[in-house]
Amino acid sequence: MCTVCGCGQGETKIEGESHEHTHVHEDGTVYSHSHGHEEEHHHPHDHDEAHAHPHESQEHLHVHDDGTVHSHGHVHEGGHHHGHEGLDIHFGHGPAHAHAPGMSQARMVQIEQDILSKNDAYAGENRRLFQEHGIFAVNLVSSPGSGKTTLLVRTISALKGRHPVAVVEGDQQTSNDADRIRATGAAAIQVNTGKGCHLDAHMVGHAVERLKPADNSLLMIENVGNLVCPAAFDLGEAHKVAILSTTEGEDKPLKYPDMFAAADVMLLNKVDLLPHLQFNVPLCIEYARRVNPNLRVILISALSGEGMDEWLGWLEDNLKAAAARREETVAQLRQRVAALEAEVARLKG
Amino acid sequence: MHEMSLAEGVLQVIEDYARKEGYRRVKTVTLEIGRLSGAEPEAMRFCFDAVVRGTLADGAALEIVETGGSGWCLACGKTVPLEARYDPCPDCGGYQVQATGGMEMRVKELEVE
Ligand SMILES: Nc1nc2c(ncn2[C@@H]2O[C@H](COP(=O)(O)OP(=O)(O)OP(=O)(O)O)[C@@H](O)[C@H]2O)c(=O)[nH]1
Ligand SMILES: [Mg+2]
Ligand SMILES: [Zn+2]
Ligand SMILES: [Zn+2]
Ligand SMILES: [Zn+2]
Ligand SMILES: [Zn+2]
Ligand SMILES: [Zn+2]
Ligand SMILES: [Zn+2]
Ligand SMILES: [Zn+2]
Ligand SMILES: [Zn+2]
Repeated sequence: MCTVCGCGQGETKIEGESHEHTHVHEDGTVYSHSHGHEEEHHHPHDHDEAHAHPHESQEHLHVHDDGTVHSHGHVHEGGHHHGHEGLDIHFGHGPAHAHAPGMSQARMVQIEQDILSKNDAYAGENRRLFQEHGIFAVNLVSSPGSGKTTLLVRTISALKGRHPVAVVEGDQQTSNDADRIRATGAAAIQVNTGKGCHLDAHMVGHAVERLKPADNSLLMIENVGNLVCPAAFDLGEAHKVAILSTTEGEDKPLKYPDMFAAADVMLLNKVDLLPHLQFNVPLCIEYARRVNPNLRVILISALSGEGMDEWLGWLEDNLKAAAARREETVAQLRQRVAALEAEVARLKG
Repeated sequence: MHEMSLAEGVLQVIEDYARKEGYRRVKTVTLEIGRLSGAEPEAMRFCFDAVVRGTLADGAALEIVETGGSGWCLACGKTVPLEARYDPCPDCGGYQVQATGGMEMRVKELEVE
């Protein structure tokens, strides 16, 4: 459990998946979630592999080829893939991995690997999928209650009939927000992170494979309300959009700079309340640009609709660009296929 | 920042390499943490010990190499040293500084057996 912000792992639930289930990906990640067997995972993993480090259950002694003796416990089904060639001497239950003194052989292994490389690899897969399908994906990040879901509902209504919209909802508990989105007629899927305080790219990959957003659609990902760690987790989105509401105080960008540095757009929401508050808008924008000089700021009210045109304009420009990039890729592929076919025809002569 | 998830990331990297490199136990983990990465070395140690309990890195020593921060100041037109991510330029006091070094969070090397 996270002592900094209270997150933990292993309790993720993706709505609509049929049974609880642990699977081991090809790369060895053990992922516990529920899902139906009909669907395809778009990232490769193996449902059969049973033996993942660290070993569990039976304790026993290993004598390696080089004479090293050590004891540990492990499951015997699934075979070893860590190269124990020696004999197994079972001796009941002892401490796991208690090495015989003086017989171990330490060595150094150079790694040079980014700590978040796993998440980043999943994010890369998501991003590739979005690009292939012309999907424009935004990751909405904010404190709890800044107005993310209200804004999503209003955005979906405004785009109705013009652009298909799909939503991934991240919350620790409840499917309330996904229910609010579905009431608009848009497709939504709830991811409950349990103790986890952010969405990661692996969860989003699984959610998207259930959601199956249409080509050239808008995918909005509402992250868990938290101004801290969602900043560090790439989900494969095109842009992070930070939402700050006027009731939170203008110094939030200085208090939680990573989030405002990671975002490309800041929506300053609940501006309808400004007459009742002591909130200095220019100072807030100055603070935000101090941590991110290129930040685009839009003043908005999800309640009154003020500022919605600018926000919708930004979304539509990006939707067009994503669709155009996909067209271009498809046209290039067609050209290549045509060239190959011509070549085949020429060879057949 | 978010050291618990980072510690879990470290464990994932260690477990990945265990299969590739064929080690069964990790005695020392060396991390490189940039001063501008947002990760706190002390919080990192605390979370690491909790996360690796019961794994192949249980009880492993954690060594953290901290690397200094630097940034490009637009006004001065040069690279300047930075103590923290959102600090002003130490020369001109301006905030138009783009962080360029010291953001890394990396597993550097392991002592294994
Ligand atoms: N006055 C005003 N209230 C708003 C506005 N936007 C949202 N609210 C209110 O703020 C409260 C929280 O809104 P939500 O949309 O649930 O916020 P959220 O960010 O999705 O919340 P979590 O998902 O729980 O983090 C609700 O009572 C909304 O009616 C706004 O622009 N103006
Ligand atoms: Mg919400
Ligand atoms: Zn956390
Ligand atoms: Zn299954
Ligand atoms: Zn699965
Ligand atoms: Zn062994
Ligand atoms: Zn064995
Ligand atoms: Zn988190
Ligand atoms: Zn998976
Ligand atoms: Zn300067």
